[in-house]
Amino acid sequence: MSVNRHEPPRRRDTAALIIAAGLVVIGGVMLWDSARLADLGGYSGVGPASVPRVVGFALMGLAAWTAIEALRGDFPQRAPQNAPPVLWIVAGLAAQLMLLHVAGFSIATGILFAFTARAFGKRNLAMTIPIGIVFAFVVWAIFSQLLMLHLPAGPLEHLIFPRG
Amino acid sequence: MSAFEFLMQGLGTAADPMMLLYALIGVTLGTAVGVLPGIGPALTVALLLPVTYRLDPAGSLIMFAGIYYGGMYGGSTTSILLNTPGESASIITALEGNKMARKGRGGPALATAAIGSFIAGLIATLLLAFLAPSIVKLALVFGPREYFALMVLAFVTVSAAFGDSALRGLTSLFLGLALACVGIDQLTGQARLSFGVPELLDGIEVTTMAVAMFAVGEALFIAGQRVQVEDEVTAVKGSIWMNRRDWARSWKPWLRGTFIGFPIGAMPAGGAEIGTFLSYATEKKLTKHPEEFGNGAIEGVAGPEAANNASAAGTLVPLLTLGLPTSATAAIMLAGFQQFGLQPGPLLFATNPTLVWGLIASLLIANAMLLVLNLPLIGLWVKLLTVPKPWLYAGILLFATLGTIGANPSAFELGMLLAFGVLGYVMRLFGYPIAPIVVGLILGPMAEQQLRRALSISQGDWTTLVQSPIAAVLLGIAALALIVPLILRARGKGEVLSQLAGEED
Repeated sequence: MSVNRHEPPRRRDTAALIIAAGLVVIGGVMLWDSARLADLGGYSGVGPASVPRVVGFALMGLAAWTAIEALRGDFPQRAPQNAPPVLWIVAGLAAQLMLLHVAGFSIATGILFAFTARAFGKRNLAMTIPIGIVFAFVVWAIFSQLLMLHLPAGPLEHLIFPRG
Repeated sequence: MSAFEFLMQGLGTAADPMMLLYALIGVTLGTAVGVLPGIGPALTVALLLPVTYRLDPAGSLIMFAGIYYGGMYGGSTTSILLNTPGESASIITALEGNKMARKGRGGPALATAAIGSFIAGLIATLLLAFLAPSIVKLALVFGPREYFALMVLAFVTVSAAFGDSALRGLTSLFLGLALACVGIDQLTGQARLSFGVPELLDGIEVTTMAVAMFAVGEALFIAGQRVQVEDEVTAVKGSIWMNRRDWARSWKPWLRGTFIGFPIGAMPAGGAEIGTFLSYATEKKLTKHPEEFGNGAIEGVAGPEAANNASAAGTLVPLLTLGLPTSATAAIMLAGFQQFGLQPGPLLFATNPTLVWGLIASLLIANAMLLVLNLPLIGLWVKLLTVPKPWLYAGILLFATLGTIGANPSAFELGMLLAFGVLGYVMRLFGYPIAPIVVGLILGPMAEQQLRRALSISQGDWTTLVQSPIAAVLLGIAALALIVPLILRARGKGEVLSQLAGEED
């Protein structure tokens, strides 16, 4: 990931500044949350709020450091990214999440399978979705029936294994 | 009983047919994931954790260790035939190994890698068996402050000592520590950072986060790359056997690699790859054929391959004796122990010797299985390399979500998987290392607990942390490991360190 380090550094890395801002927010949330804890330090003087507080301040410090590197353009350059494949995979995971309890494991995961394959170049969803569903169903059958793992069943699973 | 008797007893446990089956499944899976680029042993063990909830603890742990060893073997195949390392500890092997394969000497390269791995695995596992009891004795005098110091050292070496930026390593580590704070505080029972969400009270599931970081993040990163590298498999031509000259040139590098890799793996310095770099440098310096280096010198394959297997065994020393993981795979294995309610460390050797010695002994058996799997059956593994990327990654994500759903079939858990997956993608994109965030999440709660215990004992006196000589020395080394690389980088000597970057395995 540091392949392009020898190219002239860019000035003012906006993306890195956003990361710094994100770190400030996370650090702030930690400090805010630790402030409302009753600090039962007891003998040790170190209670439940102490470590989150230290981590929160450390993240703030790292945010400042990140901001300095961002302003000096010290961050390594990123390889250009293709957004669509990334979004296809994210969409596949989101679809699986939403469909899991409605449609069951096989259909939800089959869609994730097909969307991921599409992200890597197998574009024909009419072919990959059925393949994905069949594959996911076989996996479901092995893991839920043989290895007794609790995987949500849907209409398809109930159709073939009526007892679930 | 002496270590030898314990080991014999362990062999008895490990020779049980069921245990042999677990070991065989482990080494087969391990070799497969080692061969496949993009998935490593850490991810595979993380995926298997939920599946093994209901299986036998000893068998599952034997399987995990088999995966770790197998990953080290399989990685060399990809390096030699494809010039794309299957996992980070095989990067060096690609340097000479792929050159050998292109010259039609792929067979001997694979053979020296496999036999070297076997010899290193054998010696290193025996070293593990004979060293463990004395380290356990030493560890018994460790109190909370020594454990805390040891964990601080692990934090520093994993995040800041190697890699190309201390800033990004530390950021990754502290994100992990922040995530580790989520949930109910172990000592007072107060809910921290859970924002009234009941699902967060149990904390962040290590397996969900590891699978998200390694599988989802990696898939997103590979999918997003604009320049898709087309891999070309170099066919194995000619005999796969080594001739007399190959043997003569290989045996010393095997032994040297073993004795370089083992201590490096055992030190809290994150990963097997550092040993492989040192072994390569040593062989390059000692060789009688300097002109062959860079053009396919067999020493450059034999040494590093022995070193990475010896490191894998070395990593198990602190894991089993101290409960301290020094690589991402070891960290996930620790989560595996915890899943069965076992805490690795000196006590485990006393309370559950059958399991510990069975595990160590089964490594010897797994190692022998791997030699058989990797030499005569090499053709099968090469076929794995021809699985097209779309099916490969679709399958990886299917199994990644299967593991998460199997552990906890809730939309919330899958949402976390997605969120951490995106985080893993962004971290890869900006050059943040992945291992520190995982190690932070796993070791964070343990370090906090030890710190608070130490301070309770001293009634809040912080100087207690440096009053024990062992703890003081460990903290001193940690401070040096943080400061020296910063100075080196500031003086523009960071190149060496970034080459030693600890990656995910």
